[in-house]
Amino acid sequence: MKVTLAIQRFNPETDSEPHVQNYQVEVEPTHRVLDALMDITQNQDGTLGYRRSCAHGVCGSDAMRINGREKLACKTLFKDLEIEEGGTLEIEPLRHLDVQKDLMVDQSTFFKKFRSVKPYFVPKAAEPEHGEFIQSPEERALFDEATKCINCAACYSACPVLDKNPNFVGPQAIVAAARFVNDSRDQGLEARLDALDQKDGVWPCESHFECTRVCPRDIKITKLINLTKRQIKKYRDARGEQTAEERAQ
Amino acid sequence: MIHEFDAVIVGAGGAGLYAALEASKTAKTAVVSKLYPQRSHTGAAQGGIGAALGNVEEDTPEWHAFDTVKGGDYLVDQNAAKILAEDAVRAVYDLENRGLPFSRLEDGKIAQRRFGGHTHHFGEGAVHRSCYAADRTGHMILQTLYQQCVKNDVQFFDEYQVVDLLLEGTTVKGIVTFELKTGELHIFKAKAVLFATGGFGRMFKITSNAHANTGDGPAILARAGIPLEDMEFFQFHPTGIRGMGILITEGVRGEGGILKNRDGERFMERYAPTLLDLAPRDMVSRAIMTEVGEGKGVRGDRKIDDYVWLDASHLGREVVEKKIPDIADFCRTYLGVDPAEEPMPVQPTAHYAMGGIPTDVDGRVDTGKQVYDGLYAAGEAACVSVHGANRLGTNSLVDLVVFGRRAGMHIAEYVKSASHGSVTEADADRARQRIDALRHRKGGRHVGPIMHRMQEVMMEKVGVYRTQEKMDQAVEEIRQLREDFKEVAVQDTGAGFNSEVLQIMELENLLDLSLITAASAANRTESRGAHAREDFPDRDDPNWLKHTMAGLDNDRVTIDFKPVDVSIWEPKPRKY
Repeated sequence: MKVTLAIQRFNPETDSEPHVQNYQVEVEPTHRVLDALMDITQNQDGTLGYRRSCAHGVCGSDAMRINGREKLACKTLFKDLEIEEGGTLEIEPLRHLDVQKDLMVDQSTFFKKFRSVKPYFVPKAAEPEHGEFIQSPEERALFDEATKCINCAACYSACPVLDKNPNFVGPQAIVAAARFVNDSRDQGLEARLDALDQKDGVWPCESHFECTRVCPRDIKITKLINLTKRQIKKYRDARGEQTAEERAQ
Repeated sequence: MIHEFDAVIVGAGGAGLYAALEASKTAKTAVVSKLYPQRSHTGAAQGGIGAALGNVEEDTPEWHAFDTVKGGDYLVDQNAAKILAEDAVRAVYDLENRGLPFSRLEDGKIAQRRFGGHTHHFGEGAVHRSCYAADRTGHMILQTLYQQCVKNDVQFFDEYQVVDLLLEGTTVKGIVTFELKTGELHIFKAKAVLFATGGFGRMFKITSNAHANTGDGPAILARAGIPLEDMEFFQFHPTGIRGMGILITEGVRGEGGILKNRDGERFMERYAPTLLDLAPRDMVSRAIMTEVGEGKGVRGDRKIDDYVWLDASHLGREVVEKKIPDIADFCRTYLGVDPAEEPMPVQPTAHYAMGGIPTDVDGRVDTGKQVYDGLYAAGEAACVSVHGANRLGTNSLVDLVVFGRRAGMHIAEYVKSASHGSVTEADADRARQRIDALRHRKGGRHVGPIMHRMQEVMMEKVGVYRTQEKMDQAVEEIRQLREDFKEVAVQDTGAGFNSEVLQIMELENLLDLSLITAASAANRTESRGAHAREDFPDRDDPNWLKHTMAGLDNDRVTIDFKPVDVSIWEPKPRKY
């Protein structure tokens, strides 16, 4: 069927404002939105800018806003968009990150926040001389959800809190921290308390659940954020200390 | 601009990141990647990493090495396979100790599952050797290694595409890169350069590979006069999602999934009576194509895009959701099929390059006649060779962590005594002229039609089953496409974030590697591993137990050979 992709375009080298450009493409219901974008750049207009790699939802390169919702272009099929012959699909870059060109956004702030939570293993015990740390399947299950993250930034774009507080560390960074906080082999919360228990850490989250709704990996992000909040509270309570949120009140 | 480092690692997948972690212990190291880190295709590997931990049942590295040699149809260098299997155990423990979240057994040890071609007691039966994290093992390896690079403050240059190699005689002195953000060329002056640029499955129409898998490293080295090894051996994974090629892990069969033809028959019983569905990939792919050719595919029209069923529904929902959750997600998303309820439609998909840049067991580029000082390769871009004519499942992840680490360690030592070559801005001239030429051609062709035709030609004529006639046609057609390519022009005249320039250079790399692959294949008049010829159906050890070394000389491919190390196990017929 023939559909129109209405793509928001912006080239900072030449444009003062973003504008929308329409492209006609022939697609099958089982085609991915990425297939249509590639058809445009390979056969119609080589100037359109976007990122892509794996094309099946595991590398996190092609998150964008499709009809106003954050999605991976390679994991979104036309048949799932309720679009009909002659219909139009609106495509925009992610929010909360500066546009570099068309659908490409500058991810440096996003990755800086990711790095701020110590998103790496800080072992509790000395490494075993030979062999492995032991971890039960139940302990392993406690952080499984968070290991699925592919850093695509869909949640970061969807988060309403970032509209008013651009300094909020954001949903993805908290997921990255939770991956280690809940790993029985890791020093956990203690190693990441400074980054999480501060005014722009976990506390600005208002549980809008937008991150959870858009996550292409089906991670229950809001739940993880609230769990982290409770863990911080418990940690502080046990020491007779206040959380950053309590101190601010 | 000229940057100076002791070591430059090109590519930020598993091999590159592991090498960077090791090299940066002594060497000032930069990782240069055309993608953001964590986007690399290591992240798409699913089923596991093979290592004889023996957590479930008795296992030894010797059995693993033997399986690797036999799986590779004896084109594997046997001492390299021994190193692979022995180092695999240490590498898996090292990854676990760095935080990798493996799935666990009840006793808390790393979980292991069965995988194709992995056996106990030299082929007696399938063994639990694949260490896994659900069906996201590659994702976890990529994440863990990147996390460790963050922890150790490794320096990254993201979205820099490598475009040229700088050599002084046979000693490396640096690389030239194209910065996506500005369109400018940056020279990295270095004592050591490692190419870990991954595979090049995008030369085929149906592939499990990422769009980024365009063989940039091997193509650049081939154009620099370095021959590539065993390029005719390209693995078709038996179970790609029909029409799309998206990988469905062998782990599905490792957990008990079964292949069936249109009659519901478990056809692998006829092809591999002992290992059945867990026979090596080349054999299973051929079995599928044979069924299809006999009209037993699901459609039954005998066309090469017909398919068969992979059935996991008898495993039950709990196993499906726990052991292969991403597969279930892919099937629901792309096929509207729930694998806990119905079988999955699958067809062979171009998956892995056994061949590539020839290296020794420390990652040094070594053609057998010439060692290139300071030049290294690791991972899928390289050919050690530990995969020979057919790679076993899980051994790609083993390869990249074992040889990525070994190359990194060698670099860390090498740079201590090596000196820098002399590099000036003029060294970027060759690359600059190439890119300027693309920008100034007027009214030229788009990349799309050439890319698609190349992918069709390679799929139809250099696919699972091959004949002289078809491969010769492929060589000629690819030659013609390389001529057509000279008329491709850039439409995007902007400097910043010009991904069109990148795509055109990627197509050029694929065309060069397609030519080498087709010519290497047309030259080998036997069947071995993934190179299966209808006109030469048998393995021919007296004449062909040797590695192909294929050089690129403009539009000609020159063929030479290198001996295979068969010092441990005598080649035998391959039965499962």
